[in-house]
Amino acid sequence: MSDVIRLTAAELAAALAAGEVSSVEATRAHLDRIAAVEPEIHAFLHVHDGAVEAAGAIDRRRASGEVLPPLAGVPLAIKDVLVTTDMPSTSGSRILEGYLSPFDATVVARARAAGLVPLGKTNMDEFAMGSSTEHSAYGPTHNPWALDRIPGGSGGGSAAAVAAFEAPLALGSDTGGSIRQPAHVTGTVGVKPTYGAVSRYGAIALASSLDQVGPVTRTVLDAGLLHDVIGGHDHDDSTSLAEEWPSFADAAREGARGEVLRGLRVGVIRELPDSGFQAGVSASFRAALAAMEAQGAEIVEVSAPHFEYGVAAYYLILPAEASSNLAKFDSVRFGMRVTPHVGSTVEDVMAATRDAGFGDEVKRRIILGTYALSAGYYDAYYGSAQKVRTLIQRDFDAAFAGVDVIATPSAPTTAFRLGEKLDDPLQMYLNDVTTIPANLAGVPGISIPSGLAEEDGLPVGIQFLAPARQDARLYRVGAALEALLVDEWGGPLLDRAPALGGVR
Amino acid sequence: MRHLGVLARIQLSDEEVEHLAGQLAVIVDNIAKVSEVATPDVPATSHPIPLSNVFRPDEVGRTLTHEQALQNAPDAADGRFRVTAILGEEQ
Repeated sequence: MSDVIRLTAAELAAALAAGEVSSVEATRAHLDRIAAVEPEIHAFLHVHDGAVEAAGAIDRRRASGEVLPPLAGVPLAIKDVLVTTDMPSTSGSRILEGYLSPFDATVVARARAAGLVPLGKTNMDEFAMGSSTEHSAYGPTHNPWALDRIPGGSGGGSAAAVAAFEAPLALGSDTGGSIRQPAHVTGTVGVKPTYGAVSRYGAIALASSLDQVGPVTRTVLDAGLLHDVIGGHDHDDSTSLAEEWPSFADAAREGARGEVLRGLRVGVIRELPDSGFQAGVSASFRAALAAMEAQGAEIVEVSAPHFEYGVAAYYLILPAEASSNLAKFDSVRFGMRVTPHVGSTVEDVMAATRDAGFGDEVKRRIILGTYALSAGYYDAYYGSAQKVRTLIQRDFDAAFAGVDVIATPSAPTTAFRLGEKLDDPLQMYLNDVTTIPANLAGVPGISIPSGLAEEDGLPVGIQFLAPARQDARLYRVGAALEALLVDEWGGPLLDRAPALGGVR
Repeated sequence: MRHLGVLARIQLSDEEVEHLAGQLAVIVDNIAKVSEVATPDVPATSHPIPLSNVFRPDEVGRTLTHEQALQNAPDAADGRFRVTAILGEEQ
């Protein structure tokens, strides 16, 4: 099995179960690929030296006749925002350099229990603040489609890792689009589940009312398989939803048969006109809608008049919650400590440590958040932004009264060049205009590849949104469109990505 | 801006103070934008999926051991976190 790294996670799982390949072989193949392409991609902050050993343990269990969970033996990349006991967890920040958690994030513990083999920790914007990975303290990740371009963010490392065949599966986190926008620019699949559907325990918090952990993969079925492993109620997360969830892998398999498109009502948002998007992004989006329409879907215009307030509300809520969450980096219990001079008080040490340990974007957001929360401003700032959440939820409720899913392009443009928007935070923030409403309202979203933009040949994603708790609908619809498009293309979109330095 | 730095416990350089002061305008613009629609009759949403009364039994659960709690401490002594003086000379 020479091309084991090109298999989807579902295919690899089947090959492992059939004994055609061992987990050690599959893990080594991915580690070899990582060694070959990392000089170009830099998707990983840490590669796990225990990966082969973990794979061997799975192989021995399988050899002994044990019946293993579906993804047992499949390698997994883990976003560095998720804490792990056997690998450092930095959230892309200097202030946590070398930090070893005494416990695993719930999603990591569940992945290990399901036999997945952690390959390493992936790069990200510092504390998940960014849309490009350029705010990582450890240097940016490069887009496998064009090395001078951004892989999206904050989870650019996870998306680039699966796009570059360094891992078949990865975990991400999405606060304003950090799973879906990287999927868009790298030609991969990313899902932000319903808020509370996947545990946040052990995910280093950015904005607690917005953060959600989810799968980063190359196919919709693979995302469903991984979601099945990590999802469900967690006693350690008080915002975790208690309900029973259906199998998302089953939903994807059902969707791939295509019947779901017949009579499906797909909402397109009037307030997100094509003029707000790069021409090739809109064209790809319209072509995907036409393909669905040809299979019996009905495209319906819906109105979401408050979406345009989403970015402004988000950039009030996020800094406020982040400034509070990041107060724990105080130089006392964990992380960096800088002592400015002999006789420094603990406050001097704290202030010097946070100045040295946080990057510019993190400082910017902490200061803005501190301002938004300072005495006298709370109601006007944070309180008003929370009202916009209500209005956006009402927009969603009204729209979903008439349609089954909403579709948007996943982001306004294809991957921009590294450095291009670094000095223009407002322009950078507008990347998230299509993804933010889902976080504000708590509803689930998926981004799948819709094609390449005609003007630059770079990947474009289409986003589907569903009502809260209807994540399975996204897997059905996503898998149905994916099957149509892959058939039309004659193979997965990633087959058209350029060769990297390694062996392909 | 210096006061915000003190509140946020970040020792900002003069350059950073100047740079960030200009960016507070972003917050002001955002508040102006949301104020267009955040009228008194609209209730605030603090949490996207409402939950109430998330309790657990009042029992000792899994907790960190002493060693685990201290394993990442920049400095520790006698089983405790060690820090520099709480009060400076002028206090």
